Amino acid sequence: MSATEIAGQNRDVPEPRFGFWRRSYAMLVKEFIQLRRDRVSFAMIVMIPVMQLLLFGYAINTTPRHLPTAVLIQEDSDLARSVLKAMENTSYFRFTREVHSVAEFDDLLQSGKVLFGVEIPRGFERAVRRGDRPALLVAADATDPVAAGSALGSLGALVQTALAHDLHIGDPPEMPFEIRAHARYNPAAESRLNIVPGLVGTILTMTMLIFTALSVTREIERGTMESLLSMPIRPVEVMFGKIIPYVIVGFIQASLIVSIGVLLFGVPILGSVVLLAALTTLFITTNLSIGYTFSTIVQNQLQAMQMSMMFFLPSILLSGFMFPFAGMPVWAQYLGEALPLTHYIRIVRAIMLKGAAPSNLQYDTIALIALMLVAMTIAVTRFRRTLD
Amino acid sequence: MSSVSTSAPDIAINVEGLSKSFGGREVVHDLSMQVKRGSIYGFLGPNGSGKTTTIRMLCGLLTPDAGEGTCLGYDIRRDADKIKRQVGYMTQRFSLYQDLSVRENLEFVARLYGLRDARAAARDMIQRIGLNGREEQLAGELSGGWKQRLALGACTLPNPQLLLLDEPTAGVDPKARRDFWNEIHALAAEGLTVLVSTHYMDEAERCHEIAYIAYGHLLAHGTVDEVIAKSALSTWTVSGDDLNGLAAELTGKPGVDMVAPFGTSLHVSGRDKAALEATIAPYRDRKGWRWEDSEPSLEDVFIDLMNRSKDNFQ
Repeated sequence: MSATEIAGQNRDVPEPRFGFWRRSYAMLVKEFIQLRRDRVSFAMIVMIPVMQLLLFGYAINTTPRHLPTAVLIQEDSDLARSVLKAMENTSYFRFTREVHSVAEFDDLLQSGKVLFGVEIPRGFERAVRRGDRPALLVAADATDPVAAGSALGSLGALVQTALAHDLHIGDPPEMPFEIRAHARYNPAAESRLNIVPGLVGTILTMTMLIFTALSVTREIERGTMESLLSMPIRPVEVMFGKIIPYVIVGFIQASLIVSIGVLLFGVPILGSVVLLAALTTLFITTNLSIGYTFSTIVQNQLQAMQMSMMFFLPSILLSGFMFPFAGMPVWAQYLGEALPLTHYIRIVRAIMLKGAAPSNLQYDTIALIALMLVAMTIAVTRFRRTLD
Repeated sequence: MSSVSTSAPDIAINVEGLSKSFGGREVVHDLSMQVKRGSIYGFLGPNGSGKTTTIRMLCGLLTPDAGEGTCLGYDIRRDADKIKRQVGYMTQRFSLYQDLSVRENLEFVARLYGLRDARAAARDMIQRIGLNGREEQLAGELSGGWKQRLALGACTLPNPQLLLLDEPTAGVDPKARRDFWNEIHALAAEGLTVLVSTHYMDEAERCHEIAYIAYGHLLAHGTVDEVIAKSALSTWTVSGDDLNGLAAELTGKPGVDMVAPFGTSLHVSGRDKAALEATIAPYRDRKGWRWEDSEPSLEDVFIDLMNRSKDNFQ
């Protein structure tokens, strides 16, 4: 204690060197430790993105796969087996029943026990070898045209491939039967290509908001705010200390989601990964700032959750994630422009699916920065420095 | 030295006319006090008397509605930031991070105050408060006494000039309380000023000066002897048989303001010495009781102050 030498007189304690950074760092280290101790939150960091992506990614699926299919085999030949194998390989069809009569076949379709039925006619292989172009009947339950459409679309090309491969007849001069054209790569028809990048933004919005929305109220409810306020830390320093650890957490989450999107859902990243990472980090920080702002406004953790939900729902509905942005009424579009998710969804879809360059994304990038700065300003102004 | 000091340099706290209301209820009323540097100043009063509110106004956690003053020479309204850098505030409820370990809590505080080597500072403090071996224990898992030591360690870590301790020994066992007070005296001997609020009379008697506050009003202040002398309370100590019966008989009689048992004896006190003596005269000659004209204890004085203030302010 050096108190003896200064007792009896006033002494200005100078602002320590790099005081701002030291104090922000102190806060940051503390938040990291607390995060590590909070096992539930820690589990949420991994579980939320994975579960959401798997649930939404598969649930919001307009090209369903592994649809139940019945087969009526009138001829047991190598060619017939090849055709069926090729159909199963498209992953649209799953053979659940083998039937022996046309009546049984019709009954299954009518009752909805299968969505498709395939009939291999008698003398099929011989007719193909002769070039008679026999008919391979594929009956579909078209009550859900979306479900049936993609599966049927895939059929022609794949059956043709199988035939070419297994028939030992070289390139057939003509198609053995009529083939409906199926685009091998058609983003517009593949809903997951549109949904997965959008999900990156949606999931990040939810997790990031909640992380920081609770941060200030938690200090108040646990009583630690009293100590914190009695120490020489400024509102900006508290804010940075509370946001930065979660930027890293958010970045990990985003990497996880994008990796799953690429590996499991086959979504491409046509543009620059570095650009995607940079703008994702910006988006994460913007959401954290907004969550933190909520935290400085609300009275308790419940209100913080409610406020986050109030922000999250319009984000999902008005950002262009669920409905095409251009199709929304004008007032909704204005609201949408005020949501970070709107801008991020444009950015992430453009980079991943269209290979966009930074110059294409200027407007949305600036919008994200502006929203972040507005949120931070409100947060710093709103932060109560006393217990009044 | 380059401060806005308006008070003598040997005064650590100098406030006048502090008032604070919450929701229309005045919690602190026109409170003035001076605390000398290097002294231990006891802040006494019943629950809800405004002790915590006063302490919070001193360290900038609350803004007074009225009144002004200085803390370490800094204006309590304008210089809260400078005050915070030199004041250690130990809250009534443990308010360090329960989910951080002892070491992590101390390192956090050290970093916040910009100490050059936070790890070393935390290590030294762990030695000083005797928490070695428990560095990695979570603060939330410590017992009450250890929590209190940790809290004291945290608020003395940045070398403050003034300590504000809000009921630091509530719920702590007598041994830990004694150790704690020895530590407080050691710190004061090094030149630290300590303002400590408490309920315990024995702790009050360990302070250089005390102030008594009830219902937001500062009712008495000075050294223990001064406070007792100023009370103008006459007290007789009775020892003997059936003190309970005597207490029941005397309570409410003219001149008897207070009857309180103290172990094997009874304190009979009154503000009007003549009336008190007239009332007790018939009892003094009775067999089995020994009457002694004595000094009132600090507790007698405080209970009396509280009873009177209740009449005045409620």
